[in-house]
Amino acid sequence: MQQVPEVIQTIPLNYYVFLSAALFIIGIVGVLLRRNALIIFMSVELMLNAVNLLFIAFSSYRSDPAGQIFVFFIMAVAAAEVAVGLAIIVMIYRNTRSVDVNILNKLKW
Amino acid sequence: MAGNLFYFLAAITLLCALGVVVVKNPVYSVLFLILTFFSLSGHYVLLNAQFLAIVNLIVYAGAIMVLFLFVIMFLNLNKETEPAKGSLLKMAAAVAGGMLLVVIVGTLKSANVGSYDASTFNSQVGMVGNLGLVLFRDFLLPFELASILFLVAMVGAVLLGKREIGDRNF
Repeated sequence: MQQVPEVIQTIPLNYYVFLSAALFIIGIVGVLLRRNALIIFMSVELMLNAVNLLFIAFSSYRSDPAGQIFVFFIMAVAAAEVAVGLAIIVMIYRNTRSVDVNILNKLKW
Repeated sequence: MAGNLFYFLAAITLLCALGVVVVKNPVYSVLFLILTFFSLSGHYVLLNAQFLAIVNLIVYAGAIMVLFLFVIMFLNLNKETEPAKGSLLKMAAAVAGGMLLVVIVGTLKSANVGSYDASTFNSQVGMVGNLGLVLFRDFLLPFELASILFLVAMVGAVLLGKREIGDRNF
């Protein structure tokens, strides 16, 4: 038997579930609350990171490397997403001189 | 000791995440987001996932945050120009988020997520060697597909960012 890290011995897995749930909710509230497209984008990053934390916590507690590989792929996809998304935001700014999402409210219908 | 470190890091994570959402100036928002990523890397180290802690620092706190900061400076958004939403809408957003939190916590409170098994526990799972073996043996196809995804994203970003003929300058 190998040595189990101290945090895994003392902290129940439930706490990580609650922590990442709270982080995810903060991201959702950010998307709902703000009108700056960049801040909405950052809130989406927060939500992605909440999921990453949960993946890593479960993977460490269960000694299953698949969860950490998934996080690796999530990070790769997030990097690609940020590159394209920021290009779109720069494009929107160039056309409307603003990053306020309410200017784009015609996209709603 | 490690338990206290967990609570400390969790508090920093949540406070900085709240800062991202609440603070008016986008530059401060990005700085809070960087702090959040650093504390998340601390969590990963505590969970014995050293490889992902470093990757998180390089990819998120390095590359992605530099992109964000670059765009904010580029568009000259470092002042509070954002028109605020109405207070009714703000309250509705906060209430909706709070309700969702209550629902999720209420559902997961009694869930049995299990715990570690001391007899089969492997502390080497998060190390580079072990993860590399799994990545290149069981997940080789997704790994190669990720490179195609990056190529597509690169082409897309250049195409979107390019100024077309007849576009006005800014």
